[in-house]
Amino acid sequence: MAVRVGIDLVSVDTVRESIREHGDRYLGRVYTEAELHDCLGTEGTVPERLAARFAAKEATIKVLRPTDEPIPWRNIEVIRHPSGWVELELSGCAATLAAEQSLGDFAVSVSHEGGFATAVVIARRT
Amino acid sequence: MTEEIRQIIKDHGRLPIDTDGLVANTDLHQAGMTSHASVNVMLALEDHFDIEFPDSMLKPSVFESIASIEAAVSELRAKAGVV
Repeated sequence: MAVRVGIDLVSVDTVRESIREHGDRYLGRVYTEAELHDCLGTEGTVPERLAARFAAKEATIKVLRPTDEPIPWRNIEVIRHPSGWVELELSGCAATLAAEQSLGDFAVSVSHEGGFATAVVIARRT
Repeated sequence: MTEEIRQIIKDHGRLPIDTDGLVANTDLHQAGMTSHASVNVMLALEDHFDIEFPDSMLKPSVFESIASIEAAVSELRAKAGVV
């Protein structure tokens, strides 16, 4: 099939729990510095934004369809455009897996409401 | 170690089922552990056993079951010289 799609849904409460219990260890393992900066609000880190980015990472993994390859979360980065939309940048194992499967033209959309965040990712076999 | 891991899964895995009923090879993802809950389980395992999962171990098969987690934790503790 020429197009692949992935979707994920994340409870914002689970992200709050991770921040509360594991703090910087959680944030540093899962998110890049740029992602953490994009998730800052007027009163600190906004867990809804983090949850949306985690959903985007998991949705991307579903597109990549690893058999059992390790994909560190930071290998999938959500980049926020100044105008508000987001894009994906893959590195390391994620980029390798995408290249091996000729997957490109990744596109992502995220949203959050009512205590949940979601993301959809599509990619095309080039 | 098995019961320690079971307790960590109970406390952090957010499973919708009674974790007392989990056997060693129960597929935790099939049992309802979400992707983000597995992050919390991983971090809790690291805290409890004083280990760190390297990137090479961040794969589904490692966190698939109590048995696979125990094998991974044992391997990391052995490398760290912890009996």
